[in-house]
Amino acid sequence: MVSLAATFGRGAMTNHWRDIRHADLILINGANPAEAHPVGFQWFMRAKLDRGAKIIHADPRFTRTSAVADMYLRIRTGSDVAYFGGLINHVLQNNLFHDAYVRNYTNASFIVKQGYAFNDGLFSGYNPDGRTYNIATWSYESDSATGFARRDMTLQDPLSVFQLMKTHYSRYTPEVVSSITGIPVADFNKVADLVGQMGKPDKVMTIVYAVGLTHHTTGGQLIRSGAVLQLLLGNMGRPGGGMNAERGHANIQGNTDHAISWEILPGYLRIPAPGQKTIADYVAQSAPKKSDKNSWNFFGTNYSKFMVSTLKAWYGDAAKKDNEFAFNFVPKPAQNSSWMSIYDQALKGKMEGLMLSGMTAASIGPDSNQVQSALGKLKWLVIMDALPTTSSEFWRSPGADPSQIKTEVFMLPATHWIEKDGSFVNSGRWSQWKDQVLPPQGQARHDHWILAELFQRVKKLYQSQGGKFPDPILTLTFDYKDPLKPELDEIAREINGKDLTTGKQMTTFANLKDDGTTTTGDWIYTGSYPDSGNLMKRRGGIQDPKTNDPTGMGFYPNWSWSWPLNRRVMYNRASADLDGKAWDPSRPGITWDGSKWVGDVPDYPATMNPHDPNAYLPFIMNGEGVGRLFSNGMVDGPFPEHYEPVESPVANPLHPNNSASPVAFLYDKAAGRPNRFGTPQEFPYIATSYRLTEHEHYVTQHVPHLVQLQPKPFVEIPYELAGQKGIKSGDRVRVSSKRGKVEVLALVTKRLGPMTVAGQKVYQIGIPIHWGYVGISADSDPSHGRYWLANALTPFVGDANARTPEFKAFLVNLEKM
Amino acid sequence: MAGAGALAASGLGFDIAVAESTRVRQSLRIAGAKEQHSICPYCAVGCSLVAYTRQTSNGTTELLQIEGDPDSPVNEGRLCPKGATAMQLAISPRRVESPQYRASGATGWKSVSWDFVLDKIANNIKASRDASFVTTDGNGNTVNRCEGIAFAGGAAFSSEEGYFATKLMRGLGLVHLEQQARV
Repeated sequence: MVSLAATFGRGAMTNHWRDIRHADLILINGANPAEAHPVGFQWFMRAKLDRGAKIIHADPRFTRTSAVADMYLRIRTGSDVAYFGGLINHVLQNNLFHDAYVRNYTNASFIVKQGYAFNDGLFSGYNPDGRTYNIATWSYESDSATGFARRDMTLQDPLSVFQLMKTHYSRYTPEVVSSITGIPVADFNKVADLVGQMGKPDKVMTIVYAVGLTHHTTGGQLIRSGAVLQLLLGNMGRPGGGMNAERGHANIQGNTDHAISWEILPGYLRIPAPGQKTIADYVAQSAPKKSDKNSWNFFGTNYSKFMVSTLKAWYGDAAKKDNEFAFNFVPKPAQNSSWMSIYDQALKGKMEGLMLSGMTAASIGPDSNQVQSALGKLKWLVIMDALPTTSSEFWRSPGADPSQIKTEVFMLPATHWIEKDGSFVNSGRWSQWKDQVLPPQGQARHDHWILAELFQRVKKLYQSQGGKFPDPILTLTFDYKDPLKPELDEIAREINGKDLTTGKQMTTFANLKDDGTTTTGDWIYTGSYPDSGNLMKRRGGIQDPKTNDPTGMGFYPNWSWSWPLNRRVMYNRASADLDGKAWDPSRPGITWDGSKWVGDVPDYPATMNPHDPNAYLPFIMNGEGVGRLFSNGMVDGPFPEHYEPVESPVANPLHPNNSASPVAFLYDKAAGRPNRFGTPQEFPYIATSYRLTEHEHYVTQHVPHLVQLQPKPFVEIPYELAGQKGIKSGDRVRVSSKRGKVEVLALVTKRLGPMTVAGQKVYQIGIPIHWGYVGISADSDPSHGRYWLANALTPFVGDANARTPEFKAFLVNLEKM
Repeated sequence: MAGAGALAASGLGFDIAVAESTRVRQSLRIAGAKEQHSICPYCAVGCSLVAYTRQTSNGTTELLQIEGDPDSPVNEGRLCPKGATAMQLAISPRRVESPQYRASGATGWKSVSWDFVLDKIANNIKASRDASFVTTDGNGNTVNRCEGIAFAGGAAFSSEEGYFATKLMRGLGLVHLEQQARV
């Protein structure tokens, strides 16, 4: 999501599920929606059946998505930057981009500072010792008179983003793309022809992806390469277009928005950094800066209002002007503190306690064996879950000696989704309220009641005993009828925020202030719960399309509530041309009616005349006001570049001297632990991991019907490779990496097959994640699922931007047992 | 063929007499049930569910049926195999019924009270926080962070719970805060 924010300004699916039916062409990469999001996939099929849309599926594995696609491309896992890069090159070399859109709505015309360079796989500013880039040269040349970025609207300046991009991608010829991805040149050219037609104003393409793109050391750039292509074709902000991330869990979106994530505060405000003493310091280092005279720079301009209003929501009267609204109550991390860092710190003996709710570290990995070692180095571990997990049981997993594991473990029975109300936010940002249908089973308690009571008990300890910096604990607001049992309705009202002067609920974040007179728990949800009531409960759906879908575009504004401000397609100013007319009148997003914008809720001032010389540019969250083809929002390069996975059977055909990402974070190396990467000589096959329709991560191992549908763990092995090894379906096989092994059944299939990459024949093996030593299957297995954890194989390494593990591309060996 | 003739005779494709007698004989499983709305707990398509419950004579709530909500613009009543079996996740004999505790080095769980676990965990949080809290870093910057406790979770939280968890954990000074998005 960091890549979408670095390109468009917000890190979320830009459109929504139902909207996909408006597309003319659907590119699916790193995803298998027909199986992983089957009900969402109906909208892909509607596009295909109702308007003749074409579906192109690029995936290592032929799946049910491929089966209904117009083209299936067997692509090597992790090579999608080359695929999108080749498409970008095709569009640029043949002038197939949407000219007016690219000139006016992207930073193609911006001039980049002297000193920017890209040579042999390295961008300018590389520091090999720290494995980091100094990104000073990845910025714009500023105009000395205005201070804004210099632009060349002819796009001819050799230092313009447009020309630099054209040069950068000129290397991605169809032959190079084929060599890296394994896609035959003729197939790639067919796709390029189809994609090349999507730059016409009356055509629109969507790109849909899931964790098949994110779970790589190049994950951020894999996504950004698609985002750049979409900007060139003018497909962002438009119904039927966009960059559409399919989230895998019911409420990842809501809980990312609300910042259960080390690097942010609610609403994607950055976590403060050491050295920032005041709100002004914080905003100066965190907020986007205006770099064009017509840029609204909405986020940057209002950053301090959102931050101060959040501090007021959290610290109430203790947040005052003369203490910088309690700015020093917010912790300032020294270093990356994300998922793998937790276990890395535990291995170093620096992490004492861990609380897990609805997440099981032992199964999630990566490198499950190392993660389990880390769990054994904690002083205490708390699991909040409705059902046992591999983490709650790690101390007695098959082969473990509980007496040697010193961690104190607590298993707290938590309630299920259906035993509590509150909202779930889907991938398309629709915040949908649910009822409490059942009372808690047994002694189960709600997670938030467990946390509330723990917090109150900790607070009492600080009140009675004192301790380190108790101020935030003692002053954190708890304005709930029962502080031990806050209602989710009360919390929803707090998230929306209120005007402290009038006592009224806020109706829009535009009215938030930085003088301490307004509150918000999360500014992007301001407007979801005004005094008129909880808009997330709204149920105006397809029972009455005439009333509930007045535009006929499927926005359904009276069904639930969508952030921001109930807008259904983000960046929708870009759905209209400079005059405010829809690029395609048959699929309008918003249009100018002479006095106001009509259609979807505008991502733009509602009455700003597009002919006003001061009219704002369309991407209001970016300092530039336009979409970024070139971005300094990424730490591994301003343009996406293909790098090999950290474990790869081939050297990078583009720059073998800098084969893998030069800035991927190698945790073991940085910590001085022994190398845990394998070589192609020992581990000759590529492996990738994925989910099955009947599975949701790990919890479905407790659901009898689903276990009956997928009773036993297996790996998928290409037919030709199985033939060489004498492996038949149903045989037991061992798949091993440098880090661990799985011993499961073989499923021999033609859905996977050999491919030619960099002149070599390579095979990919498919490994569904799910099984482990907890669940119905394990209970009926003699070894109790001892070698069933797929993530025992995966490498402990992270993407430079998001520190996302490389679950989807690594090397293994395969043996018949 | 006789059956086909009878169906054709009704002109409706089914036999009214049979249908009416069936209606009289059967009562719907959800007849008189309380109808509420939920959202599927699995992936992020966000399919709406209709859940039917009935209060039993002994005061418990019986879950009768979960099905796709036909009004939803997202799923239009449809569900996949996971959503369609959501009842087996909602009601399960495999649930952890009471708080469990495994002491350091112990070989089994012990069923304990809520008061016992909450008291112990609160004391652990206080001790680990005090032991790992950094008020000022090596450069003299005020940083007020707790380095030795991590919290991860939330993909199954209601959003409001997630917000509440963030607020409380940041209130304790945690920097290691994580959820499912990255993994």
